[in-house]
Amino acid sequence: MSSQDIPEENLPAAQDTGHGALGVADEKHPFADPGLPPHEPRIQDIDERAAKRSERTVALLFTVSMLATIGFIASFVAIPHDKSIYVFTLGHINAMNFALGLTLGVALFCIGAGAVHWGRTLMSDHELVQERHPIEAPADVRAQVFEDFRQGAKESQLGRRKLIRNTMFGAMAMVPLSGVVLLRDLGPLPEDKLRHTLWRKGKLIVNMNTNEPLRPSDVAVGSLTFAKPEGLEEHDHGFQNEIAKAALMLVRIQPEDIKDKRELEWSHEGIVAYSKICTHVGCPISLYEQQTHHVLCPCHQSTFDLSDGARVIFGPAGHPLPQLRIGVNDEGYLEALGDFEEPVGPAFWERG
Amino acid sequence: MKKLSARRRHPLAAVVVLLLALAATGGLYAAFAPAGKAQADETAQSLAIDEGKKLYAVGCASCHGTGGQGTSDGPSLVGVGAAAVDFQVATGRMPAATSQGAQVPRKKNIYTQAQIDQLAAYIASLGAGPSVPTEEQYGPEGADIAKGGELFRNNCAQCHNFTGKGGALTKGKYAPTLEGVNPKHIYEAMQTGPQNMPSFPDTTLSEQNKKDIIAYLNAVNSDETETPGGMELGGIGPVAEGLFGWIFGLGTLIAIAVWVAARTAKAKKS
Repeated sequence: MSSQDIPEENLPAAQDTGHGALGVADEKHPFADPGLPPHEPRIQDIDERAAKRSERTVALLFTVSMLATIGFIASFVAIPHDKSIYVFTLGHINAMNFALGLTLGVALFCIGAGAVHWGRTLMSDHELVQERHPIEAPADVRAQVFEDFRQGAKESQLGRRKLIRNTMFGAMAMVPLSGVVLLRDLGPLPEDKLRHTLWRKGKLIVNMNTNEPLRPSDVAVGSLTFAKPEGLEEHDHGFQNEIAKAALMLVRIQPEDIKDKRELEWSHEGIVAYSKICTHVGCPISLYEQQTHHVLCPCHQSTFDLSDGARVIFGPAGHPLPQLRIGVNDEGYLEALGDFEEPVGPAFWERG
Repeated sequence: MKKLSARRRHPLAAVVVLLLALAATGGLYAAFAPAGKAQADETAQSLAIDEGKKLYAVGCASCHGTGGQGTSDGPSLVGVGAAAVDFQVATGRMPAATSQGAQVPRKKNIYTQAQIDQLAAYIASLGAGPSVPTEEQYGPEGADIAKGGELFRNNCAQCHNFTGKGGALTKGKYAPTLEGVNPKHIYEAMQTGPQNMPSFPDTTLSEQNKKDIIAYLNAVNSDETETPGGMELGGIGPVAEGLFGWIFGLGTLIAIAVWVAARTAKAKKS
């Protein structure tokens, strides 16, 4: 490729525009700085009528933006907030939402488009060069600053009066302690709350759906039932805190399908009760597959085998789901035979 | 003991005869009339069972066994009830093309409702199970939509998503979307627990609870359901919305920026 093929404005020799600092190649800079290409005018720079057209376009865009803003206010006032309209591809949409979004979108877009068009066609487009300078301050300024600092240190007598200096350091080191102490006020310590739930020996197992205590005959093989301890009502103060620990899921597995010996002992005629709280980070876990007896956690795909002591068979959970030991009371209702043996939910520092 | 005929002129004889006659008539009626009606029902029923048995032999027996006892390719159908048959066949899941694969998908139903009823009658005759629900049980009258939403979120949403859009399970299995599913089939699915779905029998999720859940689904997941924000993007939640915003929203803005910068404003086009 010879130099004849290159368009004139791209040739490196055009140094007479005066933009480039280094025009000549030497030992240190083996390649000459090509500098900037020559400035090209726009139609608007040459043709006043084109400039007028651009001006009108920009003004039109800004006017449309104003109209859209007025439309926004008008739709806010005029459209009933519960009116629904059908818009193709959007579906049955709330009319006011649609109008507000559309008008505000147009208003903002037109301001942006107008500004871009203005900048591209009318504002000056001459390229300017700004040279880079070293960030470091000049030597005399630096010397002055050091001198000022030394003088200040001398006049304050910081180096001479050691008592003041040391007590000042002490005071400044102590102050942040107030902030650290305040952190203690973030809430009471959990104490042993993480280790206990509302389940106690003799507590009836109450169906979440019907709010009635469950009988063994209610729980069919292959069914899934969610339960809470008796006496915990939805409107109680602290219901959420308690159910977050006590939430229970009951499934019934054919006793001969239960592989884990302890699970079978703690079940009643194949009815097993497990904590509904995932042992990974505490998501409610109840994606139960009745044919495989697997329970899947929707958050991180931890999978537990409910026919094998809720062993973790996949995913990040570190512990099997805690099982609640259940039995039947004299009146034939299912009851808990104690609290969960281990803490429910995610592991914590002192869990052991 | 005198002969009975000797007392025929006794003043109470007429009363005794009348009573005997009445008792005999009533007894005979009781013995024959309802039996006749039951017999008529039974004939219709046994006819349906016979027809169902023929259909079963053609469409189902290869996997579920000649008597519904089940084989290695399909479970036993004894005691699954008419509701399970109506759900599986009417949603096209049964007959399945193969017993392989993660899960049997919903597909076009190839039977008429009359044939399905006959099949259901046959399967129900093998062992007692839940019967097909009536319109009264799954219809919208007397349903509490808000309560249904609560029940749905507690019992169903973990797999089927908050508005019944469905979701993934393990190893290729999935909870299907409930959009456009006949309320009767939703009711039957809750009752019978098809495939890996657990069942929710009336003892733990009452008839009224099921009705409420169906009414809720109809309110949030039908053609008429209003989506105030528009473009629900499958209704699967903020992940889809965020993804759409980042890819299509920001993507469009980047494309506009590239387009604006690519067009020169110079008079002399290079």
